[in-house]
Amino acid sequence: MLKIKELCKTFSPGTVNEVRALRGVTLEIQEGSFTAVIGTNGSGKSTLLNAVAGSFEADSGSMELFGRIITNWPEHKRALLIGRVFQNPFAGTAAGMTIAENIGMAMRRGQRWSLRTAITKRVREEISDKVKTLKMGLEDRLDNPIGTLSGGQRQALTLLMATWLKPQLLLLDEHTAALDPKTAAKVAELTREIITREKLTAMMVTHSMQQAVDLPDRIIMMHKGNIVEDYKDEMKARARVSDLIKAFERVQKLDLFDSSVAELLEQQYV
Amino acid sequence: MGIVLSAFTIGLILAALTMGMLISFRMLRFTDITVDGSFTLGAAVAAVMIVNGWSPWLATLIATATGLVAGSITGLLYTRFKIQMILSGILMMTALYSINLRIMGRSNIPLLDTSSVSGSTEHIISSLSGELNRINILGWPVSITDFSVFLTALIICVLAAIALRWFLLTHLGTALRASGNNPQMVRAQGINHNLMIVLGLSLSNGLVALSGALLAQYQGFADVQMGIGMMVWGLASIIIGEALTGTRSIGLTIAGAVLGTIFFRLLIAIALRWGLNPNDLKLVTAVFVFLALVAPIWVKSLRKSIWGGLRNA
Ligand SMILES: Nc1ncnc2c1ncn2[C@@H]1O[C@H](COP(=O)(O)OP(=O)(O)OP(=O)(O)O)[C@@H](O)[C@H]1O
Ligand SMILES: [Mg+2]
Repeated sequence: MLKIKELCKTFSPGTVNEVRALRGVTLEIQEGSFTAVIGTNGSGKSTLLNAVAGSFEADSGSMELFGRIITNWPEHKRALLIGRVFQNPFAGTAAGMTIAENIGMAMRRGQRWSLRTAITKRVREEISDKVKTLKMGLEDRLDNPIGTLSGGQRQALTLLMATWLKPQLLLLDEHTAALDPKTAAKVAELTREIITREKLTAMMVTHSMQQAVDLPDRIIMMHKGNIVEDYKDEMKARARVSDLIKAFERVQKLDLFDSSVAELLEQQYV
Repeated sequence: MGIVLSAFTIGLILAALTMGMLISFRMLRFTDITVDGSFTLGAAVAAVMIVNGWSPWLATLIATATGLVAGSITGLLYTRFKIQMILSGILMMTALYSINLRIMGRSNIPLLDTSSVSGSTEHIISSLSGELNRINILGWPVSITDFSVFLTALIICVLAAIALRWFLLTHLGTALRASGNNPQMVRAQGINHNLMIVLGLSLSNGLVALSGALLAQYQGFADVQMGIGMMVWGLASIIIGEALTGTRSIGLTIAGAVLGTIFFRLLIAIALRWGLNPNDLKLVTAVFVFLALVAPIWVKSLRKSIWGGLRNA
C-alpha cells in the first residue's frame, strides 16, 4: 500500500521559471488496486509519479510503501520495489545494448552484483520463452541492439522488464501515448493482462478517458498540482467518459474564471 | 625490422591505455582527462619502486593499483561533489602532476641496469635458444632482449584484453556499460548509477597506469611529462580500431582497440622515418583526431547536398 502525505515539489524556486508542480498531494493507494491518473497538460501527473519513483527529492511531505518510509531513498533503491514504464518509449531501455542484456538487467533487479557471465544459455532460454509471449517475433532478435527496435516494441519490452520480478508498485506514465493506435492498443492490452495476472498494484497516467474508464478500478484527476477529483468504488463503477469530460470542463472553467478575475484586478489596480 | 618490432611492442603496451579509455570514453561516455596524469603516475610509481629494488612485477601491480585510486577520485569528484565531467578530470590531472613529482623526487628517473617485467621471459628464451643473443623471426635477426620485451607485452596485453572482455560480459560489466548508455534506465533497474561511474573510471585509469608502468620499463625511464597528450593518442587509437573491426560485439571492440593502437604506432614510426619532426607529433595527432571526428559529419552533409542537388535539378 502506498501512502503519500502532503507532498510538495517546486521546480526552479525563486526564479521567473518557478513552477509549483505538486502542492500538497495526499493520496492512499490500496494493495492490488489499479489507479488511473488523469488531468490537463502540466497538472503534475508525471511529477507525482517521478516523485514516488525518486527521480528527484520532494521538497516536503512523506511517502510510505508497504510500511517502509521511502521519502529519502535514492531512486535506484526504490527501483527494487517499483517498476516503471516511461512516457518516452526510448527512456526505459539502453539503446546500445542487446535485447537480452537489457532484460538480463531487469531479471536481477535488487540482487547483489555478481561477476558471473550475464547472458548464459539458460538465461537466454528463459528470456526467449517470455519474449515469445509478446508475439512480436523478438525472440529471434535477442542479440540485436534494442535501439534497432520500434518504439512500440521497446515499450512492450520495457513493460516486460518492469514486471519481470513482481514489483510492489507499477508506475506507468502515458506509456502508450507515443505509439501508433494499433501498437498502443496492443501494449494497453498487454498491460491489462500483466496487471490482472500478477495482481499488481499500479498507477497509470493516461490522456485517454476511455482507457481510464475501462481498465482501472479508481480514477484520480489532477489539476495544478493537486488532486481535484477521486472516483473510487461505486463512484468509479458509475463513472462514464462523459462524466470525466464534464469534470475536465469544470476545472477548466474555474481556471478561466481565475485568469479573468486576475485580469480584472490587474486592470483596476495596475 | 627493428622499427617494426618496436612499434609493435609500444603498440601492445599502449593498448592497455586504449582499453582503459574504451571503458571511460566509449562505455561510460565520460571524457576523462585524468588519463594524462594517471599514465605518468603508473610510470612514476613503477620506476621508483624498481630503482629501490622491488620486483618489477610487484612494482607494476602497485602502479596499476594507484591508477585505480586516481580514477575513483575523479569519479567521486563528479558523482559526489557534482563537479562537471571535464573539470573533475582536469582537477585530478593537475593534482597528479605535483603528486608524480613528489613520488619521483625529480622530473626524470632513468631505469638503467635495472630488471623489468620482461626479465624472466628473456631468461627463458635465452636458455631455450642456447645462449645466442639473436634469434630469427620470419627471417630477420632480432635481439633476444627486444624479442622478449615484445613477447611479454603481447602476453600482458592479451591477458588484459581477455579479462576485460570477460568482465564487461558479467552482470556487473553489463550494468557498467548500460550506465553510459541510459542512466535513467539503469537507475530504474535498481543499479547505483554513480557507483558504476566511479568503478568504471577506476578500472579505466588502472589500465592506463599499467600502460604507463610498462612503457617506463620499456623505454628505460619515467618522465613527469610522459603522460601529456596520452588521452588524445588513446582517442586516435580507438577511432582507428573502430574503423578496423567495427563495434558489433565487445570482443571485436576490444580487439579493435588493440589493433588500432598498434596500427597507430606503426603509422607514427613510418612518419618519423620519413622525417616528421617528433615535436610535431602531438599536433599531427590532434589534427588526425579532429578529422576523424568531423569527417563522418562532412561526408554526411556532402552526400546530402549532392543528393539534394540532384533531386532539385
Ligand atoms: N524537471 C523539471 N524542471 C522544471 N519544471 C518541470 C520539470 N518537470 C516538470 N516541470 C513542470 O512541472 C509542471 C508539471 O509537469 P508534469 O510533467 O508533471 O505535467 P503532466 O501532468 O505530466 O503533463 P503532461 O500531460 O503534458 O505530461 C509543468 O508546468 C512542467 O513544466
Ligand atoms: Mg507527463
